[in-house]
Amino acid sequence: MSTIVSLPDQQTATLPKRSYLNSEYGLKSWLLTGDHKRIAILYLISITFFFFIGGAMAGLIRLELLTPQTDLMAADTYNKLFTMHGIIMIFLFLVPSVPATIGNFLIPIMVGAKDLAFPKINLLSWYLYIIGGTLTLAALISGGVDTGWTFTTPLSTHYLNTHVITAGLAIFVAGFSSIFTGLNFIVTIHRMRAPGMTWFRLPLFVWSHYAASILMVLGTPVLAIALVLVLLERTIGIGVFDPAKGGDPLLFQHLFWFYSHPAVYIMILPGMGVISEVISTFSRKRVFGYTAVAFSSVAIAVFGFFVWEHHMFVMGVSNYSALVFSLLTMLVAVPSAIKIFNWSATLYKGSITFETPMLYAFGFIGLFTIGGLTGVFLGSLGMDIHLTETYFIVAHFHFVMVGGMLMAFLSGVHFWWPKMTGRMYPEGLSKLAALVTFIGFILTFFPQFIVGYLGMPRRYAAYPPEFQVLNVLSTAGASVLGVGYLLPMLYLTWSLKYGKIAGANPWQATGLEWQIQSPPLTENFLETPIVDYEAYDYEWLANKTKNEVTTVG
Amino acid sequence: MDSQAIATHPEHAHGEHEHPPYLRHHFATVEQQRETASFGMWLFLLTEIMFFGGMFAAYLIYRNWYYPAFVAGSHQLSILLGTVNTAVLICSSFTMAMGVYSAEMKRKGALVMWLLLTILLGTVFLGIKADEYHEKWEKHHVPGLNFSANDFVNGSKGYPDDKLAPDMAQKSQVYFSLYFAMTGMHALHMIIGISILIVLVIRARQGAYTEGHMTTIENFGLYWHFVDIVWIFLFPLLYLISRHQ
Repeated sequence: MSTIVSLPDQQTATLPKRSYLNSEYGLKSWLLTGDHKRIAILYLISITFFFFIGGAMAGLIRLELLTPQTDLMAADTYNKLFTMHGIIMIFLFLVPSVPATIGNFLIPIMVGAKDLAFPKINLLSWYLYIIGGTLTLAALISGGVDTGWTFTTPLSTHYLNTHVITAGLAIFVAGFSSIFTGLNFIVTIHRMRAPGMTWFRLPLFVWSHYAASILMVLGTPVLAIALVLVLLERTIGIGVFDPAKGGDPLLFQHLFWFYSHPAVYIMILPGMGVISEVISTFSRKRVFGYTAVAFSSVAIAVFGFFVWEHHMFVMGVSNYSALVFSLLTMLVAVPSAIKIFNWSATLYKGSITFETPMLYAFGFIGLFTIGGLTGVFLGSLGMDIHLTETYFIVAHFHFVMVGGMLMAFLSGVHFWWPKMTGRMYPEGLSKLAALVTFIGFILTFFPQFIVGYLGMPRRYAAYPPEFQVLNVLSTAGASVLGVGYLLPMLYLTWSLKYGKIAGANPWQATGLEWQIQSPPLTENFLETPIVDYEAYDYEWLANKTKNEVTTVG
Repeated sequence: MDSQAIATHPEHAHGEHEHPPYLRHHFATVEQQRETASFGMWLFLLTEIMFFGGMFAAYLIYRNWYYPAFVAGSHQLSILLGTVNTAVLICSSFTMAMGVYSAEMKRKGALVMWLLLTILLGTVFLGIKADEYHEKWEKHHVPGLNFSANDFVNGSKGYPDDKLAPDMAQKSQVYFSLYFAMTGMHALHMIIGISILIVLVIRARQGAYTEGHMTTIENFGLYWHFVDIVWIFLFPLLYLISRHQ
């Protein structure tokens, strides 16, 4: 099945005269656009902005933890810092990261449509995101929040004097942005597919976004109502979560985690879609077990709704329900493992090349596997009692979200950069960045597994001096990681003007998006495409290229 | 341009000028546009079910835990006003359905009239609701702002037997918390609905929706019926606890 294809000569490629980037000019043409590709670029700029704010906070957190004492900042400043880091990174970066940028750009093209089903709602969702982001910044500037990103009651409703209401509203609004993105994707995938584009010809990227969209649409409203009830309790004093009035704080945790556990799958599933595309393209093989990988995404989405209580094992839930939720938690490992095994099997006997997106994808597979397996530790009831609220859980979460999702995001950004901008990124420098990111990541977060296992609790500005060596390692790693993230920011911006011109299909990939010009036209396709080949069919591509040569000759 | 991948499709290639003006550029046919909008609306209503679902879950749990407090709390609601409001809302669903029908029949005058009637009925509902809220305030049944458990410890007018132990009487606050949260969220949806209706009336008077393109009216109808259905659940759950006994 595998065919070795040499990359095309990019010297002859030229930028197309007309594309979505130059069809209209001026700020207004961007701020009022209905074009999914332009909205994707708007999202890309805004989430990058918030990523670096959240990242700067992470840097300050690590700097404070360099020494066992609270010397850089006061303990309550530290509390605000990790809270804002969590809120910004989760709600303003990770949740919209791949879906709202790469997904927004690609899903209509991949299904062969001119745009998403509801272009205006797509634009509205970006504005809601910006309002949410502005409210978050307002909460930050006016003094911050120190509830932790979990808004745990009664801490958030009774005991804190910080800007919980502003931050809560911010997340409420940003949540609707996410709901509208998910709704748009589901409707588009159902109703806008081109003739011949059957469900099982869809790229796996689309399948994983479909699964993530189900979670966005069904989970986010529950977070919204939980936050509304917290805000009402804080402002006028209704008592749904207040024991004095008959409420139960644990109910808040149930409602919150009913969204926030599926939310981690909202964050990771689109990343898995990126990895499927990248692995297939750079091993020149159809993804092994296409159907299994497609359904494993949906299985993760479905199972993901029935595991939320594993965040509450030590909070006084019934032992029997804890048992069931522990079992269900371990079941989620099955579809995740299906993906890992199938990607590995795709690599087997493929014609592998090591371009930058592939390096990031390898990083993803390794780090996500470690993050996922430690998740099974935490899902086991006995282990969880020892490990919960320690740095072990911080390391686990960052392995999945930063090691997994951020690697996937960077992989995707590099992979589709030529499609989005028409220009290549500098290959050597970007390989270096991928390597630096990987080394920096391991150095930052691996010591946290150990220090957490030894018993260092999370969310404290001070710690016993015997943990210092591991914390110094972690802080050193964070600076390396910071360099790893700054590099792409710099050279990708540089490449906008000076990068080599990419041509339509620099990777010789099979997806519909690679068969049109880069950057694409506003309407994506000149004519509605008719799909008569399976996804990842490299022989179809080879034949197509052969025919092209004969017609030209 | 790679012509091999994008096989030509002559039916769709150059026919744009034949399409009606309301067909958005990214849809192939009017039918596809209509189905897409309707599917999107149903999906949005699904998110609304999840939104209200959080409160219904809370209701289910607390009602099981503090049943006597819930019964005593529900005694304080006016069944008469609740029933009238239920009837008003069902009528407004009927007028909305007639509005959709008029749009389908392309009768502009009838459409405007039915939409105005729907606004009127919606406003009547909100007026009665406001009166009920005001009564709760006077009886000190608003948790957080103005609450006294007196009526549930010593019994109240009309229900002298509602004498709960002091700690159970305090739990009636969670009943009223849910009452205000649930009916408040419902009322908010009504207010949003009425605001949209006003826009729809203005546009309908200009002749929109009665020239064959009525997706907006149809989808708004779905939203309005959904808000009604939420009330159909709220009414028995909040007003009629223990009435069968």
